Amino acid sequence: MSERKGIVPGLVKGLATTARTLTRHTQVEEYPHHRPELPARTRGVIALLAENCTSCMLCARECPDWCIYIDAHKETVPATTPGGRDRQRNVLDRFAIDYSLCMYCGICVEVCPFDALFWSPQFEYAELDIRDLLHEKDRLESWVESVPVPPAPDPGAAEVPEVASQRAPARGPRVVGGGAARPARPARPAPSAPPPGDGEG
Amino acid sequence: MSALELILRAASSLAMLLVLPLLVGQTEHKVMAHMQGRLGPMYAGAYHGWAQLVADGVKFVQKEDLVPAAADKRVFRLAPMLAMVPYLLALAAIPLHPGYAAVEAPASLVFVMAATSIGVLGTLMAGWASANKYALIGALRSAAQLLAYELPMILAVASVALAAGTLSLGGIVEAWSPWWLLWQLPGAFVFLTAAVAELQRPPFDMPIADSEIVFGPYTEYTGLRFALFLLSEYAGIVLFSLLFAVLFLGGWRGPLDDWLGWAWTFGKGFLIALILIWLRVSWPRLREDQLQRLAWLWLIPIALLQLAITAVGVVL
Repeated sequence: MSERKGIVPGLVKGLATTARTLTRHTQVEEYPHHRPELPARTRGVIALLAENCTSCMLCARECPDWCIYIDAHKETVPATTPGGRDRQRNVLDRFAIDYSLCMYCGICVEVCPFDALFWSPQFEYAELDIRDLLHEKDRLESWVESVPVPPAPDPGAAEVPEVASQRAPARGPRVVGGGAARPARPARPAPSAPPPGDGEG
Repeated sequence: MSALELILRAASSLAMLLVLPLLVGQTEHKVMAHMQGRLGPMYAGAYHGWAQLVADGVKFVQKEDLVPAAADKRVFRLAPMLAMVPYLLALAAIPLHPGYAAVEAPASLVFVMAATSIGVLGTLMAGWASANKYALIGALRSAAQLLAYELPMILAVASVALAAGTLSLGGIVEAWSPWWLLWQLPGAFVFLTAAVAELQRPPFDMPIADSEIVFGPYTEYTGLRFALFLLSEYAGIVLFSLLFAVLFLGGWRGPLDDWLGWAWTFGKGFLIALILIWLRVSWPRLREDQLQRLAWLWLIPIALLQLAITAVGVVL
């Protein structure tokens, strides 16, 4: 490949390459008879754990393809204590993902605040008609059992952000304009109420 | 020769034509696949896809037999037969075992060379009769290829005939000695190259170059007629492999050739067929002008040189 001197070496090299490949094992996986071993984080299909879903619609709104359909209604939960207030909760009626539109970006899985969506390595859901790729809640829920336990991080890997934040010491009261470069000022007493317009900071 | 023996000989050479190409074809499927890191057919016939070509044959039979409206219909229908029959005739004259060939002709070498040249006529007819521009271009390419490569091939064969002092294939095998491997080496090289070109196989498959002219002369063919063209290509591989074995590798000559002569012939032929497959897998297709250049500037001078070397050897 690299040198371009003469025609004979290239031809001989070609013969040698094919002969060498002949003596080696092929990399073919005979798929229907031999299941592929997929990594745990394979993006095969998105599974729904319906009991975690609060119908908050975040996934449907973040989806770049608008391929998630959610229908829900509010239900009144009677007060459990006498004199208490009736509560309302969302009941999920329909959750569907149109896999003919989905581009497997995984934003819905990332954005779900209640861990209701998971990636599953399952990939055998081809259909003969593109319209049959709109999979409803029961089908999405059936994939949950194929979601593998996520593998532990590599030995030297950085700590998972969620774990790191749990382990960090509780933050003290907020320091206004606080920075490492500045000399520490005496901490103010905790404010009794947040000033207007400074909700989350 | 009794009628029964005649029928037996005819039937055996026909069986050879029908079975050996399939064997070579299956070998090509598997060897090519493994050379490319694949497995090839695995499911037809349960064991490593041994029945793949049988399944292909059944498929070809089921296909509709189409003839284009603008085609020269009689020529179009005749062409596959004309491509195939010459190889049957030539195959019958190849000596397989001491004193055994289906047809024992006195000048069988001339007969074989003449018969193989007719095969290309079938391709030409197919291209002309198809009323398709790609078919016509392919046919003309194959005609040009035939012209360019017939000459070096005949010269290389003539050198062998000169060395053996006979035009009978059986006589050539009798006269063969291991020393010929070196003495006739340039001729063998020329013959093998010309054979690949005559068979229109890669790297000399410009007449049917699918990325350039669809499938050349076979573009309009379907079903059984197309299968006949394919069969004739593989019959051609069998023929030229056996011919190479007979001319340059001593045919049935080898240990125990009184009993195993036929096995030596087929074994050597199979080796050559493997080399033809290997070349196909490894090398890219030449350009049309490169093909002509190779024939006229290299092969013919080498063949002439071989002829001179042989002549010197014979005289000494």
